[in-house]
Amino acid sequence: MAEASYPEDLKYHPEHDWARIDGGEATLGITWYAQDSLGEVVFFEGPEIGSEVTKDQPYAEVESVKAVSDVVAPVSGEVIAVNDSLSDAPEAINADPYETGWLIKIRLSDPSEADSLMDAAAYAASLE
Amino acid sequence: MVPFAGWDMPVEYDGIREEHIAVRTHAGIFDVSHMGQIEVEGPGSLTFLQRAVTNDVSKIEVGGAQYSLLLNDEAGAIDDLFVYRLGHDRYLVITNAGNHMADLARLGQIARDFDVYVRDASSNYAMLAVQGPNARRILENTLHIDLPARMKVGARKVGRRPAIICGTGYTGEDGVELLIDPEIAPAIWTELVDAGVVPCGLGARDTLRLEVCFHLHGNDLTEETDPISAGLGWACVESTGFIGADKVAVFRANGTDEKLAPFLIEGAGIPRPGNPVMIGDEAVGEVTSGTYSPSLEKGIGMAYLRADLAEPGTELEIDVRGKRRAARVSSKPLYKKEK
Repeated sequence: MAEASYPEDLKYHPEHDWARIDGGEATLGITWYAQDSLGEVVFFEGPEIGSEVTKDQPYAEVESVKAVSDVVAPVSGEVIAVNDSLSDAPEAINADPYETGWLIKIRLSDPSEADSLMDAAAYAASLE
Repeated sequence: MVPFAGWDMPVEYDGIREEHIAVRTHAGIFDVSHMGQIEVEGPGSLTFLQRAVTNDVSKIEVGGAQYSLLLNDEAGAIDDLFVYRLGHDRYLVITNAGNHMADLARLGQIARDFDVYVRDASSNYAMLAVQGPNARRILENTLHIDLPARMKVGARKVGRRPAIICGTGYTGEDGVELLIDPEIAPAIWTELVDAGVVPCGLGARDTLRLEVCFHLHGNDLTEETDPISAGLGWACVESTGFIGADKVAVFRANGTDEKLAPFLIEGAGIPRPGNPVMIGDEAVGEVTSGTYSPSLEKGIGMAYLRADLAEPGTELEIDVRGKRRAARVSSKPLYKKEK
């Protein structure tokens, strides 16, 4: 998507990652700002299903032609799904970072961690 | 924008992949004004250049161009260069920005023994590379000039100012490089972009040259690498007596411990400079250039390997930040144009 957008229903981490919290689970991805800085994504490889991701720690990498960037977990938990369609079409991360460009789903190990994340307005303000 | 050898350079305009594909299928324009120009003039020009650079300069006709190397006394590559012959006793040497001052110092030192005048002409020229299958047609229609053939050079007028046009580039595509008055460069750029030529940055320049296995000095070629290890023996003619020729002759006759080899990643993964090259538990080399190839849609690179492994077909693994990626030594170039 060409225009910056930060959906209201997501929670944001200062390392430019988002989480969509749904009960005890969360979908994770990178923000519009992150994909725009990186340029066209040409490679994403997710973690193994069943592995653990830890809040504030990198759990995967996204690569553009020019650079590789860590993807940081906004919340902790066990990986229950990886977006396999990205192996053939990683450009979805640029085109639609919040829907078809999601990266992984996790089962939250500590749902209270989400309280430390920013809402859309605070995240957008942090980019100014 | 990124700093590059004292210049602020754009990595990309609209995206490396689009820019890359534009050059392979249409036409792209690169501002390469950071590259240096050194004029060599005088009756001793040819004998001087035969001593200073590795290729056989006597083979360049007036209006011709040639790739060459400038070596240190140990036959390490100070720089790789293009030499254009502008007149009977007049040459222009195109240098890499990061090495320009070292080149100038080296050439100036060697020139003391010859009847020749060597001078830095970099501030006289802006340099625009216009590359791609449609580059010539658009240039001819826009600037209303006839262009020199591939690997030829000629004086022309661009924007009513004297210019030098070269049928060269570093992308593996047909095209030309324009050496023009810096004052008119922005207007020429705009005119060509308005005519449909796609602005391209350093990022696409790197992916384009790597697909066709052209060296990047500082990565694939350094003062610590000799021309034979680097696969540039074809640009060295020892009988001309260039500085370092005796050492190059020994490397050529006896072989070298390492050789630069191009490789393709077999599955997923993008190699990057500095990645170790492994066979089993043994480190057998290091990646010097690595990227994602927009044409081949996979990871590609070049690596210095133990010489016996640098043959097409050798199976390797590249250690990309701790993950092993299967790779195979390829023949040159990695990307071949479909005829």
